[in-house]
Amino acid sequence: MADRTFWQSMWALTMLAAAALGGLLLLMLIIAYFADLTIVDDASSAAVDYESRSISIVISEEPPQMDSTRATDAVSGMLLGHLMEGLLRYDGEGNLQPGVAESWTVTPEGAVFKLRDDARWSDGEPVTAHDFVFSWRTALAPETASLYAFIMYPVKHAEAINLGDMPSDQLGVVAEDDLTLRVEFERPLAFFDRLVAFTTYYPIREDFYLARDGRYGADAEDLLFNGAFVMTKWVHGAEVALEKNPYYWNKDSIWLERINIPFITPDSNTQLNLFKDGKVAMVQLSPDTLKNAVQNRWPIRRFAEGTVFFIEFNHRPERLTRNLNLRKALYYATDTAELVYRVIKLPGFLPGASLFPTWLRGEHDYLRREYPVPAHPVNVTRAREHLELARQELGLDEFPPLVLLVGDTPTSLKQAEYFQNTFKRHLGLEVRIDAQIFKQRLEKMTLGQFDMVAAGWAPDFDDPLTYGDLFASWNKNNRGYFRSDALDAQVRIAQGSLNQNERMRAFGEIQRILLEEVAIIPNYERGRVFVADPSLEGLIRRTIGPDPDYSRARIRED
Amino acid sequence: MWRYTLKRLIQGLITVWFIATTTFFVMHFVPGDPLSDARATSEQIRENLEARYGLDKPLYQQYYIYLRNIASGDLGISFTQQNREVNDIIREHFPVSAALGVLAVVFAALGGILWGALTALFRNRMPDVVIMFLVVLGVSVPSFVFAALGQLSLVTLNDWLGVSVLPVAGWGSVQHLLVPALVLGLGTMAFLTRLMRSSMLEVTNADYVRTAKAKGLNATQIFIRHQLRNAILPVITVLGPAIATITTGGFVVELVFAIPGLGRFFVQSVQQLDYTVIMGTTVFYGGFLVFMVIAVDLVYGLIDPRVRVE
Repeated sequence: MADRTFWQSMWALTMLAAAALGGLLLLMLIIAYFADLTIVDDASSAAVDYESRSISIVISEEPPQMDSTRATDAVSGMLLGHLMEGLLRYDGEGNLQPGVAESWTVTPEGAVFKLRDDARWSDGEPVTAHDFVFSWRTALAPETASLYAFIMYPVKHAEAINLGDMPSDQLGVVAEDDLTLRVEFERPLAFFDRLVAFTTYYPIREDFYLARDGRYGADAEDLLFNGAFVMTKWVHGAEVALEKNPYYWNKDSIWLERINIPFITPDSNTQLNLFKDGKVAMVQLSPDTLKNAVQNRWPIRRFAEGTVFFIEFNHRPERLTRNLNLRKALYYATDTAELVYRVIKLPGFLPGASLFPTWLRGEHDYLRREYPVPAHPVNVTRAREHLELARQELGLDEFPPLVLLVGDTPTSLKQAEYFQNTFKRHLGLEVRIDAQIFKQRLEKMTLGQFDMVAAGWAPDFDDPLTYGDLFASWNKNNRGYFRSDALDAQVRIAQGSLNQNERMRAFGEIQRILLEEVAIIPNYERGRVFVADPSLEGLIRRTIGPDPDYSRARIRED
Repeated sequence: MWRYTLKRLIQGLITVWFIATTTFFVMHFVPGDPLSDARATSEQIRENLEARYGLDKPLYQQYYIYLRNIASGDLGISFTQQNREVNDIIREHFPVSAALGVLAVVFAALGGILWGALTALFRNRMPDVVIMFLVVLGVSVPSFVFAALGQLSLVTLNDWLGVSVLPVAGWGSVQHLLVPALVLGLGTMAFLTRLMRSSMLEVTNADYVRTAKAKGLNATQIFIRHQLRNAILPVITVLGPAIATITTGGFVVELVFAIPGLGRFFVQSVQQLDYTVIMGTTVFYGGFLVFMVIAVDLVYGLIDPRVRVE
């Protein structure tokens, strides 16, 4: 009897489960209807597809700003690099190539760009010099509040306009006719051609911009393109799709028809899983996923990403780190090779030796070959001597703990622990680690609430000046308030001189002063490691400009 | 009943106002500057940005303007995505979280009820022991572990079969929804299973079940009409808050499965000090939670006349 009750109950439960399953299926259909989902997954998004000439990739975040005058981040810059074209552009080797401009002449006082007559917007209208005048003025207008306006300051009156002291029609750029753009410089300048490839210098067509009424760049239909691709789809947070621009003047050099971006996530494990599943053509590897990729025996590729990391000291009067002997003690105790090869242990990273990274070009060769950094022997005895001197100079019995401000990423924390351990072991100094999220670290840096900060600097344009003026006394990014009149003088030469040899010598001097004064302790140059689909060819990774660049990629036929 | 409803609604509004006010002031007192960026800017640009977001005014005025805007349904423009309105962000991304959440809740509820009833039937026998062991796992393992495991098993499965059975991540079809919803609902399902089991066992020995048996009703009827129906009540009670927490708590799952839900924007905004998005999403989520609880309380009265007020 009890057994029968049991089986009858079981039967009832099974029926209920079946009903529940049916209800669930119905519910999914209802959800699909309301959430605008398809019933069957669209299988077209393979990592690479030779037939349709399309690839799929993943990006780490929703592009925050597709208005080129205001974009500051890497993801927006990468997309804009595929969608827009400036007067000039960088090729895969980092050399300047003609873009919208067919030819150009740069003199110390100004530049003239001759635009090609077959450059078109994605609605078929010609790209004219007026489109550049408009976007440059917009970028500098105080209302735009563009964070990258400073990159246009070499143009005459740009700074005054940006500060609101002058109307924007006074800007030193004029469209002499539809195809001639004349630029006047604020002061003589040697490297303007290397600036105009930058995002902020891209053109925008006035009538289109005004018709969007403040929504320019907010959605795919709020953008007009003049580059190799057009954006055909942008579902916020979910998906972006690019298609070849039929109006691009150089469309014959573009092989790919379509770039799908069906995934947006910063999670590196998810990215790797998508790669493993054959859904995306390239993924960046993190310390987490690197091991997994190695286990799968995928060929790991690497490149110098460009950013330089260093310990920046606080030189404000009330700080102990203002003392040169203390800074020297810390410097002589630091072994960047140990930091990179034994602590961080990521392929592609290089031990830092200078503020200027190894890949920067000088006059004829790499800057660092023309002006080599003196060898930095790790010398604990010397470090202790300097520490003792510092102790006497500062009149201390014992050093209080030093505050090391760092970011909250795993690599920053490893870096911080390396210094904590090293300074304790070699010098008996206590280091207190203050890990903060980005904006709070920035605020603490600005307010000077640190003794040392793990800082980094990414390049904006292809000239050593992108690093060279960082520690000038007037630079707002010099948050440790380092001040050296000798360095300031060299920065002025580097900014103003037209003689490349003289400029590079100035950078050499800046490098020497920074190391002698121990304004910073160089830590490492960041590298990137990634895996890519073996049949994807012509993928460009670069230190300056849109990265990664798929615009010249093609798929090998298997 | 109407008076009770009205009273609850007013209480709810006050709660939301309290959430909005606390968030507003805490957010402003947290160190960090929402307008800072890697490249330092001139005073002029800063002032322009401050003016654009109204940060140049004294705090009490900002608070007043902010409350007025909320009342009129305008949550402002995002700091990080400068040409998107917070209203748009919520409108576009909440339905995604909701779709995921609803399915997860239904998974959890159905699964919890069925597994709970099953374990009660098999009390102290093998299936009961195994399921209860899994339940303990389900309650104690955090969702990001399940999310990562779920995704890993999908990749392995697809790799093994050579075809893509279910997508690993992304959004756009019903298939994309399945595994994330299951992962999201797993913890709640485990919790409900335990609840349902004990509630079932309690009911089995109840007087009315014995009476039903004595009347000679068949076991199927007793099981469904008298046992299940009564045992389900406590499950429904906790379902209300569960709906709210699941719908608003999918952040990790959304991140791992690359799903464009609101949870991601909520968490990112805190990391990036995006004032308007922090405020918008917090108030929205707060309101959603508060009114969900009220709605469940009211619905509960409909299901069980005994708890009806008055």
